Amino acid sequence: MISGRCAACKSQRRKCPPDCIFSPYFPPNDPQRFACVHRIYGCSNVGKMLQQMPVQMRAQAVDTLYMEARWRIEDPVYGCVKLISQLHQNLGDTESELAKVKALIAFHKLQISQVNELHQPNLDASQSNIVEQFQFDYPAQNHYPWFIN
Amino acid sequence: MASSSSYNSPCAACKFLRRKCMPDCIFAPYFPPEEPQKFANVHKIFGASNVSKLLNEVLPHQREDAVNSLAYEAEARIKDPVYGCVGAISVLQRQVIRLQKELDATNAEMIRYTNTCTEIIPTHHHHHDAATRMLGNNEGPDVGGSSSSLLAQSPSSAAFYYPSPWNNDLSGDAFHHIH
Repeated sequence: MISGRCAACKSQRRKCPPDCIFSPYFPPNDPQRFACVHRIYGCSNVGKMLQQMPVQMRAQAVDTLYMEARWRIEDPVYGCVKLISQLHQNLGDTESELAKVKALIAFHKLQISQVNELHQPNLDASQSNIVEQFQFDYPAQNHYPWFIN
Repeated sequence: MASSSSYNSPCAACKFLRRKCMPDCIFAPYFPPEEPQKFANVHKIFGASNVSKLLNEVLPHQREDAVNSLAYEAEARIKDPVYGCVGAISVLQRQVIRLQKELDATNAEMIRYTNTCTEIIPTHHHHHDAATRMLGNNEGPDVGGSSSSLLAQSPSSAAFYYPSPWNNDLSGDAFHHIH
């Protein structure tokens, strides 16, 4: 009886050697993990990738490969790239909103300083530099993926 | 959509695989011969037969986007073999959270100024509305209220953290590389 094979070797129907490169990362009780990775990347590609990196990094590499494989299975067209573009979009929107609110604050500061001047006309002329706070820059257009219009 | 329309010009995939590029080659429309690196990257990470299977799973009009997203992922994985795209996602998430916190703090400051203005300037609302119209925001005095509206749109699946050395692409420059 062949027992103790990792999920990779079980899937490939082969013996699982003691130094199997897959066995630490694809336990037999989680066949889905290897199935996802195998479906997207292929067994030999994963093996090559693991061989080319230090042993201590392989667990994390397999985790991220598994995540990306799952995303790709859920969304065969965009995979995880859709999430990246959404995050870029969020960043751009938040930056724009931040710039607007900062401009409004500058406007209110100016209002307050103008009111103060009315009551105390001999205020220091450096109050006028608040007007310069109107010179806000909207963030430059981010470089979104091709499919974001 | 690029295509290997010339009779004697195999696509990048067939050139790489050293085979004849047939008229119905599934790779030809998406891997033009002048972009050999694109297919080389995709082949290294996914393999030609997996790419072919993936392309057959999607509708023809979606294949270009599918190939481009695969090329992007492949390039990310080659740049960062351990974290790939997950590294970029982690960095971006942290940026979004940081920026959202800054926006929340700025909104709170805005509310303080709004209240101050209301106290000292009886006609404040008119000025505030004028300011918001000037900035192209038609939401009026409620601009400071919905600070979490953007994050509410964030993908709910993005609830993890991965430390990543992939800190050089904060501006998303890698997107240009695939286009």
